[in-house]
Amino acid sequence: MIGPVRMLPKTWTGWALIWLGFAALAVVPFFATPFYVGLCTTAMIAAMLALSLQLLVGATGLVSLGHGAFYGLAAYTVYLLSPEGDAKPIWLTLPLAMLAAGMAAFLIGAISLRTRGFFFLMVTLAFGQLVYVIFHDTKLGGGTDGAYLVKPLISAFGLTTDVTSLPRSRRAWPAYYVALVQLVAMFAILVLLLRSMLGRVLEGIRVNEARMQALGFDTYRYKLAAFTIAGALAGAAGHMWAMQSGFVNPELVGWHRSAEALLHILLGGIGTLAGPIVGAFAFVFLDDLAQQVTERKLLVEGMVILLAVLLLRNGITGLRWLPNLPDRDPHASHDPRDGVVQQSREPEND
Amino acid sequence: MMAQLLNGLQYGLLLFLVSSGLTLIFGVMGIINLAHGSLFMIGAYVAFLVSKATGTLWLALPVGVLGGAALGALLEWTLFRHFAKREHLDQVMLTFALILLAEELRWVVAGSDFHSVPIPAILDFSVPVTSGFSYSAYRFAVIAICLVLALALFWWIERTRFGAVVRASAENPEMVDVLGLDARRVHLVVFAAGTALAVVAGVLAAPLTSVYPGMGDSLLIISFVVVVIGGLGSISGAFWAALLIGLVDTFGKAYGPSFQGTGALGTLLAALSGSSVYLLMIAVLLWRPTGLFGQRP
Amino acid sequence: MSVSKSLTRRGALAGGLAVGAVSVVPTRFAIAQPKPLKVGLMLPYSGTFAKLGENITSAVEMLIAEKGGKLGGRVVEIVKLDDESKPEKGPQNAERLVKRDAVDVLIGTVHSGVQMGIHKVVRETGTLTIIPNAGANSVTRELCAKNVFRTSFSNWQPAHGMGLALGKRGVRKAAWITWDYAAGKEAGDGFREGLEKHGGKVVQSLTLKFPETNFQPLLAQIPGLDVEVVGSFFAGGGAVQFVKEYKAAGLKVPLCGSGFLTEGTLAAQGDAADGIETALHYADGLDNARNLAFRKAFKEKAGRDADVYAVQGYDAAQLLAIGLEAVKGNVEDEANLYKAMRGARIESPRGPMTISSSQEVVHNIYLRRVTNGENKVVGIAAEALADPGTGCKL
Repeated sequence: MIGPVRMLPKTWTGWALIWLGFAALAVVPFFATPFYVGLCTTAMIAAMLALSLQLLVGATGLVSLGHGAFYGLAAYTVYLLSPEGDAKPIWLTLPLAMLAAGMAAFLIGAISLRTRGFFFLMVTLAFGQLVYVIFHDTKLGGGTDGAYLVKPLISAFGLTTDVTSLPRSRRAWPAYYVALVQLVAMFAILVLLLRSMLGRVLEGIRVNEARMQALGFDTYRYKLAAFTIAGALAGAAGHMWAMQSGFVNPELVGWHRSAEALLHILLGGIGTLAGPIVGAFAFVFLDDLAQQVTERKLLVEGMVILLAVLLLRNGITGLRWLPNLPDRDPHASHDPRDGVVQQSREPEND
Repeated sequence: MMAQLLNGLQYGLLLFLVSSGLTLIFGVMGIINLAHGSLFMIGAYVAFLVSKATGTLWLALPVGVLGGAALGALLEWTLFRHFAKREHLDQVMLTFALILLAEELRWVVAGSDFHSVPIPAILDFSVPVTSGFSYSAYRFAVIAICLVLALALFWWIERTRFGAVVRASAENPEMVDVLGLDARRVHLVVFAAGTALAVVAGVLAAPLTSVYPGMGDSLLIISFVVVVIGGLGSISGAFWAALLIGLVDTFGKAYGPSFQGTGALGTLLAALSGSSVYLLMIAVLLWRPTGLFGQRP
Repeated sequence: MSVSKSLTRRGALAGGLAVGAVSVVPTRFAIAQPKPLKVGLMLPYSGTFAKLGENITSAVEMLIAEKGGKLGGRVVEIVKLDDESKPEKGPQNAERLVKRDAVDVLIGTVHSGVQMGIHKVVRETGTLTIIPNAGANSVTRELCAKNVFRTSFSNWQPAHGMGLALGKRGVRKAAWITWDYAAGKEAGDGFREGLEKHGGKVVQSLTLKFPETNFQPLLAQIPGLDVEVVGSFFAGGGAVQFVKEYKAAGLKVPLCGSGFLTEGTLAAQGDAADGIETALHYADGLDNARNLAFRKAFKEKAGRDADVYAVQGYDAAQLLAIGLEAVKGNVEDEANLYKAMRGARIESPRGPMTISSSQEVVHNIYLRRVTNGENKVVGIAAEALADPGTGCKL
């Protein structure tokens, strides 16, 4: 299995487009009002969550509805580390939040991955709900109303940024750039990961798990590794959310959060690594626009999803006019019953 | 204690109506339907609208059965048929979109208020169960109706020729195609029946829970837990798992919080009482990953 | 009434762009015409609490219209935003109003979880905020802020009134039943403290998950508790269901509670609610001239009957008007603005109302009993009751 990685661009133009996109993000604050800097930060956080989930969905073919749990758990970890009164530096909160999310993902994954396909979906949903119930019903994190936290400090090399010392128009900048750095780092990590042995095995599992097992791979271990890494990366996104909003609430953990991340993947394209980022930005800005023009936002969201599912089957990054981004493999189709991919036995009957 | 048993039974039976449709649709068609909870909500609102218009709940039952079946057939024909072989993600998103659209539909038709649905007059009395505690006659009626529906479902699946085909296609979808049975017709009927069951559950539950926006959401997740514990595609599995969950949930919520303040362990028990259902699921998965009644892989 | 409705959300899009362009020019060159005062309404217009949001909005608009569309000499522009009662979107939505639309004042909201999100944002930006419903205690206790006022209630208040009234009557043993969430717990504390002041006790607290309505497991335990009365906190559809099931269970112990148990729900509860005693800072039939006039005007304007939420919204706008008149519409003059608001004495439809040092409303809590489908006031449970404001340092 040597050769180009399916989910990464195959030509230099594709790569150039991606890095150009990141470069564009780097200069956004110079042109945007503080509100839109904040909105872009929100979009980047959503992109991080979707990107971490893409490791499972796009790369391994595992659709999890419990991913929001790791995101929320990390946000709560930040709260538990720095409840109102005592801010902690980011070099402490970020690793610990990722560690907590990763550990939870390891435990939940260890049990959920004993199941496959449709079962896996339901089990992850139920686990996500379990985490939700824990934060909702106990006083641990402020119960239903949620709680505040002191935003972690952005400090490095002995320098600490005090946001309030900045002029009002620039107070959103530190969070923005911290989010951008993390987004780029996460993308880079996933690129390396997809190119590694692990990435190749995951691709093999996606295409045909039985064959990988026959080849002697302990697929359960590889899937668990992917699930744990994805959970820890989702933790980075949750940590960043807590940092930006300074607020935690049980709804962060709920399964709608996971569904939203899946939606970003679908919208951006399931077959590419850049897809979730594009999808998250598209959706966050569409959402903002819908908020301004209509009272019935859910209707807009519902229609967008429906259209995306029905018409935009390869997502935005799968549109033809984009230069040679990888396409969804037309010959493989999942049988949702067992999660094993097989050569499609007949053309779709629609 | 007796009352709690009855509560658990009644809750479990309603859960069965919802999750049996879920497990059948999945087993036969390989479709995951997140909007199944919304069907339950639609049923509850049908009960509200019908009883408001006619003054009685009874008419809502036939409307729920027929309307539910028609809605199911329509959905299967226009959407789900084309998604049976699509990826998980597509199915999840399609049905997620349906949840949002169902909420919008609910808003257009019935607004966002909480509404209560009156219990039918002839059942609006209480039966003394113990001295000092009575049990609503309507709840007894719900138990009875659910049991009748469950028996009918068993008979249909286990004893009829059509049921045999359904079972066959749940166990081995390829086989049905090979035998030349009309898989499409089976799918259509199963989806319609599953939808009707969820809608009827909503109708029955409406006087017990009131109707309110998003009411299908929590039920959906619990139904998933039922299907996971019972085993995919297994009607009897869904039945026993639903009863088990109904009882565990009821007793967990009734007695769990009373451990509060009895030491660290007690506090933990009280805190976990809301999650007893999920803990049960974890235990079952560790023991038998395919559910209590699922086939071994 | 359309004076104040000059800016809808759709308008805000264009308006936002225009403001963006104008703000480049230093404000001192643009004093010929005072800028309109932007009042942001962040309320639920969809979801479970939509009706509350609509009534609050109508009442706010009504007061502004009564003042000729101006507060403190400035024309008022209203910007509405639907918060959907979704807490996780709270901070983002508050930023939409405060940062994107640059409102001078924010009035909101209904849901306590969303309020926490708003609170986080406005504590940082210092935007004047008036809360027309959400009762989370902490907002005027440990998290209080000099720019945040409340004209509705703290969850503690009505239930505390109920507890006091029962204790005074000689009740010694009571049970408490509610949803297991912050509002229920805070109301429970109020009830217990009120009862304990007169030597009574809450022997058992029964809870179920919010917003579940499976009350049966809890009701079944009540006969074994040997209590004189059951206090409760439920609202909306849950309250309807609870009262009906309580009656159906044939329990002999009288039921009482925080006023929301029978507020806006009596039609649906029917005769199951007969005789239930509750405590609240308002009752539809409150017999004072101010209330009668208010209810008549509201009915004419909105085409609906006023309720406690409309009163809370109206008083939010009254409080704002008092503050703005004191500073002639200059919201930048924070010291005097807040001072005037803190010293406000308002003739509310609910009766006299003042503001405490933690910027929480101080008002009478009335004892009501349901008679013939109406919350009849039978006395005052606590006169001029102030929230303790524990932990607030202003």
